[in-house]
Amino acid sequence: MTKKPLPPSKNRDGAPDVWQDLRSLTRARIGLGRSGNAQRTTDVLTFQAAHAQARDAVHTPLDVQAMLEELNGISCLCVRSRAADRSTYLRRPDLGRRLASESLAFLQKGEWDVVFVAADGLSSIATQKGAIPLFRAMQARLKGWRIAPLVIATQGRVALGDEIASALGARMVVMMIGERPGLSVADSMGVYLTYAPYVGCPDSARNCLSNIHQHGLPTTVAADKLAWLMQQAMQLKLTGVGLKDAAPDSTLPENPSPLIEKDPHA
Amino acid sequence: MGFQYSLGGERYVFDDLKALMAAASPVRSGDELAGLAATSDAQRIAARYALADVPLDLFVRTELIPYEADDVTRLIMDTHDRAAFVPFASMTVGDLRDWLLSHEATPVALTAAAPGFTPEMAAAVSKIMRNQDLMSVARKMRVVTRFRNTIGLEGCLASRLQPNHPTDDLKGIAASTLDGLLYGMGDAVIGINPATDSVANGLALLDMLDHARRRYDIPTQTCVLTHVTNTLEIMNKGGAVDLVFQSIAGTQKANEGFGVTLDILKEAHEAALSLKRGTVGDNVMYFETGQGAALSAEAHHGLDQQTVEARAYAVARAFRPLLVNTVVGFIGPEYLYDGKQIIRAGLEDHFCAKLLGVPMGCDACYTNHAEADQDDMDNLMVLLGAAGITFLIGVPGADDIMLNYQSLSFHDILTLRSMLNLRPAPEFAGWLEQMGLFDAQSGRMRELAPHQTRLAQLVG
Repeated sequence: MTKKPLPPSKNRDGAPDVWQDLRSLTRARIGLGRSGNAQRTTDVLTFQAAHAQARDAVHTPLDVQAMLEELNGISCLCVRSRAADRSTYLRRPDLGRRLASESLAFLQKGEWDVVFVAADGLSSIATQKGAIPLFRAMQARLKGWRIAPLVIATQGRVALGDEIASALGARMVVMMIGERPGLSVADSMGVYLTYAPYVGCPDSARNCLSNIHQHGLPTTVAADKLAWLMQQAMQLKLTGVGLKDAAPDSTLPENPSPLIEKDPHA
Repeated sequence: MGFQYSLGGERYVFDDLKALMAAASPVRSGDELAGLAATSDAQRIAARYALADVPLDLFVRTELIPYEADDVTRLIMDTHDRAAFVPFASMTVGDLRDWLLSHEATPVALTAAAPGFTPEMAAAVSKIMRNQDLMSVARKMRVVTRFRNTIGLEGCLASRLQPNHPTDDLKGIAASTLDGLLYGMGDAVIGINPATDSVANGLALLDMLDHARRRYDIPTQTCVLTHVTNTLEIMNKGGAVDLVFQSIAGTQKANEGFGVTLDILKEAHEAALSLKRGTVGDNVMYFETGQGAALSAEAHHGLDQQTVEARAYAVARAFRPLLVNTVVGFIGPEYLYDGKQIIRAGLEDHFCAKLLGVPMGCDACYTNHAEADQDDMDNLMVLLGAAGITFLIGVPGADDIMLNYQSLSFHDILTLRSMLNLRPAPEFAGWLEQMGLFDAQSGRMRELAPHQTRLAQLVG
């Protein structure tokens, strides 16, 4: 089968693409050109490819085995939420926030300063790539902390960490979770820090670092910010709005989730 | 008061009107999440039979959310036009469906009837209507509004040009605006969702949009979709506010979740009217709504998501808006799971709003965790176009790089206008022709590069 090259992005008369300069101003898909009124073949396929990657990020199961191998013998615990499968997970966010009964029974109470949870969320690819490197970076930064074994959670939402931390007796939880993929980035990870978490804990009690991926916030920078937040949380005995207010500007996360009017449940 | 119906030898009982309406609703994940959905297909149809027999008068006498507890209920009850309702007072929900579809229900008759209908009546009748019913009735109802152009005329399809940018970069936004204008977009509004929701930022964005509009004398309106309290402050500072935007929902508590009350909306409405910026009319409000908003704020009072959504249109119509659109599909699969549910919801929202006299448009859209794709949006836009939707939202290449979801592209709306022989708002269509962007002879938008037009300097 011969591979037919797609037509290059230029005008009908073959003139160079005058949109090139304007495209440096925005990542928006501007100046696409037309076939009649419709989009050109190359643009339709480019869009479909990006959408396919985003969907695969949502639907590919977290490869727990590969993560265990990457941990190379470092102890960890595997749990799952009450959402039995992906379809249930997407329809029932409430089930993704609670531990399956056998997972809850399996967790034993201890004396921990913090537990790190790696959960698939809406992009297993993000967690697969980003969670263990961040966990290792935090181990290096948190000398003297009693760090619980890493918990790997499937079909998990952010609030699942609350129940995990309660069951393990951890003073705070760091939830590392795949963010909802966009067309341009499908492997972005978010991190949520919650002090003294409990089931039903409000989101206003959390601090968030978002946009952690290869072309976004680098792991080392995220780790530095997270370590600062955790030390402050330990001192102030809180997270959330109260901690954000106490942070000097330079240590604040870069506006991770702007207030978006269009999103009634941001 | 309970309801019952026997179907296939089984007797189905529904505790009250809320439960009956919820059970009669087409399948959607949000009602399942709320624990309100029918438990079987047969129960759903039994509920529809029972609902079809409910007298419309019962909706006037029943407070689905108590009058004392909810200002939206008070608004609905206090503004209900009893005289307009008289011809329908002895009808059932089933009778209303038959009348709406009848040839007696002309555009004039429907317009006269609109103040007599409540959102709950609209929601109820929609539940026993098929998709084609929702379309053919909506198509008959014209809601015409005006600011710098005329929106909602027969044979017209307006568009919102949405040039969002993840850091609100002015030149980036201008580049997307230029792109949209070359496709004939922007007659409903050129409207930005800001990444940063602040007064200073809103002022800067409005200033840029207003300069561009005046420079090229574009007969349209611009808007920064920031919180209404920010817009009030922007107006106080002398900002170029054409339209006041706000997201609204169907209960007082859900609106409080948006940080808005009816009094704040009234204050903003009056402030915008006093600016007298409209040239052909004074419809100065722009609202967004969407099924699931109330449930996600835990403010649905046990109502199914479509009924509570319809109540938002009572809020909208109280302020004579230029534009309203449902953001169907944006909220995610826990409320509308797939393309089928999104399409149905889009048609319901459009129908209910138009029945109540609200100028409804749609952001035909989806997120990447919903079971939907661009083919579903093609279907939805054609169905809405056939149903006479007031306007659709377009973003470059259908990819909103700030809000991270997919809507329609400028190409899509151009295609739809061509397929269904729909034109932009007349003042805007005249401007496109005068600017040489539209070729009246072929009836097409010319395919032009920026430097081949007078708009080339828009980006600066």
